[in-house]
Amino acid sequence: MHETFYDVMRRQGITRRSFLKFCSLTAASLGLAPSFAPQIANAMETKPRIPVLWLHGLECTCCSESFIRSAHPLAKDVILSMISLDYDDTIMAAAGKEAEAIIEETIKKYDGNYILAVEGNPPLDQEGMSCIIAGRPFVEQLKHAANHCKAIISWGSCASWGCVQAARPNPTRATPVHKVPGIASKPIIKVPGCPPIAEVMTAVITYMLTFERLPSLDRQGRPKMFYSQRIHDKCYRRPHFDAGQFVEAFDDEGARKGYCLYKVGCKGPTTYNACSTVRWNGGLSFPIQAGHPCIGCSEDGFWDKGGFYDRLTDIHGFGIEADADEIGGTAAMIVGGAAAAHAAVSAIQRARSSSSASTSAKTEAEPRAEGGDN
Amino acid sequence: MTIINTPNGFTLDDSGQRVVVDPVTRIEGHMRCEVNVDETGVIRNAVSTGTMWRGLEVILKGRDPRDAWAFVQRICGVCTGTHALTSVRAVEDALKIDIPDNANSIRNIMQLSLQVHDHLVHFYHLHALDWVNPINALKADPKATSALQIASAPRHPKSSPGYFRDIQNRLKKFVESGQLGPFKNGYWTNPAYRLPPEADLMAVTHYLEALDFQKEIMTTRTIFGGKDTHPNWLVGGVPCAINMDGELAAGAPINMERLNYVSGVIDRTIDFVENVYIPDIIAIGKIYKDWLYGGGISGKSILAYGDIPDKANDYSPENLMMPAGAIINGDLSKVHPVDVRDPEQIQEFVPHSWYAYPDESKGLHPWDGITEPNYVLGAKTKGSRTAIEQLDESAKYSWIKAPRWRGHPMEVGPLARYVIGYAQGHEEITDQIKSTLSALGGLPVSALFSTLGRTAARALEAQWAARKQRYFMDKLIANIKAGDSSTANTEKFDPKSWPTEVKGVGFTEAPRGALAHWIRIKDQKIDNYQCVVPTTWNGSPRDKEGNIGAFEASLMNTKVERAEEPVEILRTLHSFDPCLACSTHVIGPDGDELAKVKVR
Repeated sequence: MHETFYDVMRRQGITRRSFLKFCSLTAASLGLAPSFAPQIANAMETKPRIPVLWLHGLECTCCSESFIRSAHPLAKDVILSMISLDYDDTIMAAAGKEAEAIIEETIKKYDGNYILAVEGNPPLDQEGMSCIIAGRPFVEQLKHAANHCKAIISWGSCASWGCVQAARPNPTRATPVHKVPGIASKPIIKVPGCPPIAEVMTAVITYMLTFERLPSLDRQGRPKMFYSQRIHDKCYRRPHFDAGQFVEAFDDEGARKGYCLYKVGCKGPTTYNACSTVRWNGGLSFPIQAGHPCIGCSEDGFWDKGGFYDRLTDIHGFGIEADADEIGGTAAMIVGGAAAAHAAVSAIQRARSSSSASTSAKTEAEPRAEGGDN
Repeated sequence: MTIINTPNGFTLDDSGQRVVVDPVTRIEGHMRCEVNVDETGVIRNAVSTGTMWRGLEVILKGRDPRDAWAFVQRICGVCTGTHALTSVRAVEDALKIDIPDNANSIRNIMQLSLQVHDHLVHFYHLHALDWVNPINALKADPKATSALQIASAPRHPKSSPGYFRDIQNRLKKFVESGQLGPFKNGYWTNPAYRLPPEADLMAVTHYLEALDFQKEIMTTRTIFGGKDTHPNWLVGGVPCAINMDGELAAGAPINMERLNYVSGVIDRTIDFVENVYIPDIIAIGKIYKDWLYGGGISGKSILAYGDIPDKANDYSPENLMMPAGAIINGDLSKVHPVDVRDPEQIQEFVPHSWYAYPDESKGLHPWDGITEPNYVLGAKTKGSRTAIEQLDESAKYSWIKAPRWRGHPMEVGPLARYVIGYAQGHEEITDQIKSTLSALGGLPVSALFSTLGRTAARALEAQWAARKQRYFMDKLIANIKAGDSSTANTEKFDPKSWPTEVKGVGFTEAPRGALAHWIRIKDQKIDNYQCVVPTTWNGSPRDKEGNIGAFEASLMNTKVERAEEPVEILRTLHSFDPCLACSTHVIGPDGDELAKVKVR
């Protein structure tokens, strides 16, 4: 017997009216028009829960911790009513061989029809044994589960890019999921960030369940809906950038007035994420609002792009002659360069500078948003 | 068959059936455990293995010390922030930077939020399923559950029979769907589960309530640090500037609206801990109170560094609101002072760890630590190098080093802090312990040295921490009212102002226990960075003398109901709240050695 999300809500005594309201809110949180609400309602009323195997490699569990902080939908409702979280070593009751048996059972019962969610990444050095699951290298478990899944979600910057353990000199050769040698060719949805925003994580899942398809991805494999804009584009402090009003030092007059943090190292101009729009923890705040520059945690290799308090122009190799791979994308480089030039002149020529920078940003960013995997 | 008497008082006998649990689940990171169970079902030998290693400190070499907090914060996303706080303290110690009073209050609120959140999530979402049987909750009478709820926590508003019936129905349909999710393959028929159905239903209900509520606890950190998990920190203070009634206050990090938000969260947090978490511990504890296994070395050797400085910049035990000190040989009448700088006190050993030292008979203080991975297995290992069936504990068998305090393996964590506080006559702690033991039907203090004692101490500490948030919130507001809005000292923020070569140490009490980071800075860059973390202490393997670590000791002599269903093993290991990502990445100043190992 399969229960649907709607069944569960009704059994809890939730009225159809409240259920439809929930669907409208879900549509709104996904940035969709209200006309999508009936589609969501239909999906929730009729579908059994899709099995999810959530594996953990070398990581810090910040993605799971972020996930449980989701305000809409609540993590409780995702786990009880939307997906069937059959394997997640962080919360599952079973351990040891009973835990591992679940992977085999799921493969047998749902071959090609379950979602593989990966938090962290496998190390390839030390024979893979610097991350051991059930006496074997984690990379074996990962590849085995990937062979039989429908699609892979690479949660966070570890699974997407490598993140902190892959920062120079990467002592264990920690490797992001899509670069693991011999990994099955399955659609991979990267949801980067250290961690990703909770509501972005649950929205990616809800989108897939609701519309029965993978989200549109950009060239780097990230859902366009959340990763096609830079933090800087929608930052509430952007007018101060345009006005040439900067924080010069922490806790100075500018810091107290909420001026732009660009000069104390903000990576908002080169970071693609939804922090300045969706914000964090139920839309409560985001790093810049709390006075700290963005450290760019959703970007590939952000640990190795220079100090977090260095201005973007000071980043090693940051300039027109830089290697694109080193910077993590041509667009980021050109946009960043434009932003730097822009910052320098904005105090005197704010209007013209502003429009030219945003035009160049738009032109350069566009190719990144095209040609997704599906 | 071997029988070994360890110097720390345990008799190890590996002749019985070997039971392997890998992965140990419901922890942070990856861990394996092997035990030998005799014919009467009693654990006679225990082997605990850290099964992951990342090498974060070698990654830190050559970086900007002001950035270190962000790297080390990624040691752990469960105790998120505590490594960052330890790191900024280490850098400030090295550079002799004093932080403003407001920064001290804000950091304390953030650290205390973590204590509450981590303890609460640990109990309900990582530990409860060792005591609570969700399947048995289906048999409960919602009226009886309601009566139990009202009797155990009269002030908790969600207590009607209808409320519990709804939850039970939701659970019933969930189970009947056949898609059991996180409850799949649990040991639900094992007699080790002892709660009556109504208590199981109440606890499962609170599992869900806690899952909803926990996200709110951490929003104090979203306000002060911009996001959670992994909020932002700053060497010299906190990044969130204060602007109460000046121009543009609405867009400032901290203003009246933001402070009101934090204040509300603190009140609701205190309510939840006092009306849900604490009563549940008592209700569940009453039923399991004769299950007093799992003490291990908690009554013998415990360690705490102390934390939560009342006044800013004073890390002496007198100014720390969480207890500091060491107790050895079970002598509670003497709490020894602990100095993290003293090379004679803290040393790490590797004879049973997958690392190489030039001379493995000696321990090294973190200032002089070396970490060169050396993955080798003993001759008696069963299986192969990449398919281990059984480890050989007479050789190297873990990615965790063995830290010792003056040669003793030590237990750290909430229980260690509470026993040390009790031994010192810490008033609030003593009151909490006494009232809990009395609520459980007059248990002796020695009952604390158990799995249940560890679990209870964690809950009491969550309550203490929740209340102390209010103390620092009041202090912050009083200080702003007195005219001080300062949040950061940036005098030495520019690396050009630093001396050529300095070293420092920072420590905190992480949710799981004593945590310290040691840093050396040379030419404005990190020359060496060392962390000795709580699970390195608790999860330590054997040392050269053969002393077993706290996890291993705690499993000894426990009776298991069914050897193949490791409920009791999980129960006791979980009572430590293991954090394996934390414990397994110490690296030495000799970072170059790694390259040699890497290129095989």
